[in-house]
Amino acid sequence: MRIAIIDTSTTRAAIISDGLREAGLDDIVVIDGAGGLVAALEAAAPEVILINLENPSRDVLEEFFTVSRTLARPIAMFVDQSDSESTAAAVDAGVSAYIVDGLAKHRIKPVIDLAVRRFQAFSRLQAELHEAKSALADRTTIDRAKAILMKRRSIDEPAAYGLLRGQAMRSNRRIAEIADAIITSDALMGDL
Amino acid sequence: MALDKVRIGFLPLVDAALPILAREQGFAEAEGLEIIPVRDKTWATVRDRLLYGHSDAAHLVAPLAIATALGRGRPAEPIAVPFVLGLNGNAITLSLPLADAVLDDSVRGEDGLADPVLLGARLKTVALARAAAGRPLRFGVVHRYSSHNYMLRYWLAAVGIRPDEDVEIVTNSPSFAADALATGEIDGICVGEPWNSVAVDRGVGRIALVTAQIWRRGVEKVLAMRTATLGADPDRARRLVRALHAAAAHFVDPATRDASAAILARPEYLDAPVDPIARAISDRVRLTQGADPIHVPDFMFQYREAANFPWRSQAAWLYAQMIRWDGIPYSAEAAEIAQGVFRPDIYRAALAGSGAPLPNASSKLEGSIDGAAIGAGSTQGRLFLGRDPFFDHRAFDPDDIPGYLAASV
Repeated sequence: MRIAIIDTSTTRAAIISDGLREAGLDDIVVIDGAGGLVAALEAAAPEVILINLENPSRDVLEEFFTVSRTLARPIAMFVDQSDSESTAAAVDAGVSAYIVDGLAKHRIKPVIDLAVRRFQAFSRLQAELHEAKSALADRTTIDRAKAILMKRRSIDEPAAYGLLRGQAMRSNRRIAEIADAIITSDALMGDL
Repeated sequence: MALDKVRIGFLPLVDAALPILAREQGFAEAEGLEIIPVRDKTWATVRDRLLYGHSDAAHLVAPLAIATALGRGRPAEPIAVPFVLGLNGNAITLSLPLADAVLDDSVRGEDGLADPVLLGARLKTVALARAAAGRPLRFGVVHRYSSHNYMLRYWLAAVGIRPDEDVEIVTNSPSFAADALATGEIDGICVGEPWNSVAVDRGVGRIALVTAQIWRRGVEKVLAMRTATLGADPDRARRLVRALHAAAAHFVDPATRDASAAILARPEYLDAPVDPIARAISDRVRLTQGADPIHVPDFMFQYREAANFPWRSQAAWLYAQMIRWDGIPYSAEAAEIAQGVFRPDIYRAALAGSGAPLPNASSKLEGSIDGAAIGAGSTQGRLFLGRDPFFDHRAFDPDDIPGYLAASV
């Protein structure tokens, strides 16, 4: 069963194709948007196409599926009408799929379910990456604010951190927000 | 009191204005609703979000609502259209090389727009020569199931150019229209505003025709809901119809133009330049780069003459075009499903007791008024219907789709 993956994120496409390979499905074609999506699809003649829900090429693809004479059989949207739960889970995860009409349901479902899990894993990964990035940014801000306090009040680092922390607790704000305010005011006030 | 949330999917187009203005100008709030706009890049995504509950309603190309109910290309899903978001507002823009070949004073009317018959004859010569040379002209439309596709095909076929045989018709995203014209990927496109005007302002295309010249009262975007979603809370659907109707009255008031254009231009809505949006709202069209915009009466038609009323005959016309261009057989059962998508009953229930004119009938002979406006029967308010002809002066009788199609070949 040949599976084509079309995704605006090459990382996510790689994560999905790895997952499919691990599950023993190794007839996989990853198609990137650059250079003739339709031609690549025609050449690959897949039975299942996985595509991210928000891919900007979807209207073009659906047109192609409707008029295509080169793909062996018409391609129908999604798994099966009777399996709307699985389809809804896919949409929630951001996956869309096109299946060659008549392909047995028990062969498709594991592919879709796996794609859904991989999409979700990718989203979690992104969220964690985002958190890590903002944590790093917070630490940089706090370090700069500490340096300002140490210099202007001639105190050591633990004391400077203590000031920031105390102010954050009293005003019910995050330490990074207090630090940001100190940096801003230092930039405005200069040596006054 | 807490507001009921209604998530509405949309594509960045000027005719997404009514749900956006209903939110921004307080019409939704007045009905106890909070509209949450959900923007996407493709109609396929808008449709999927609607079907799988990421949105409660959607700004949708009318034929796609019918195609979804009929199960074209996917399992069928009952869809209800209680409100039409507008008529027309689209144009046909040609690439500079094609415009140079076919657009000159001999095919232009006094206003500067081309005459559809004269331009058609000129275009036919070029199209046939290109087809004979193995390089057929290629036109873009925004979706297979869009009024743009059906308007373009209607015009081409009526002037003797066979779509899919003499010229190619492909799908292009609205916001990439200018790019596709600039690179020569397509020779022309039928698309909604502001994307024609963006192509003109970038100097990569010229507007030849507006779709109002092809069908003066052509149905365009609709508010689509899953029938199940509508049925689960009919009161919310009625309030939404009232909010959108109030937004439509606001939208067509010339005094609101600049404010509406500024709202629509915002990054979270159309994310497009404000000037072409303001032009579209006020029915002004700049045909070529640097030219003064001309006034095109009824370019966009969002409110007057009960323009928001979902006539079953509009759905019937779209179904007839679907049969014609998908090459599927006519079926009385499918025709009934298609017409049943448009829900004048919900529109009437929502606006009963307001000042809005409510037509007596749910269906009419489309394209039959070619002279002065005529009075139409109404159960509430006074209703006049203005000129609504097709450019080839053929009327459409929704009760005789097979007869209409037999004469269309």
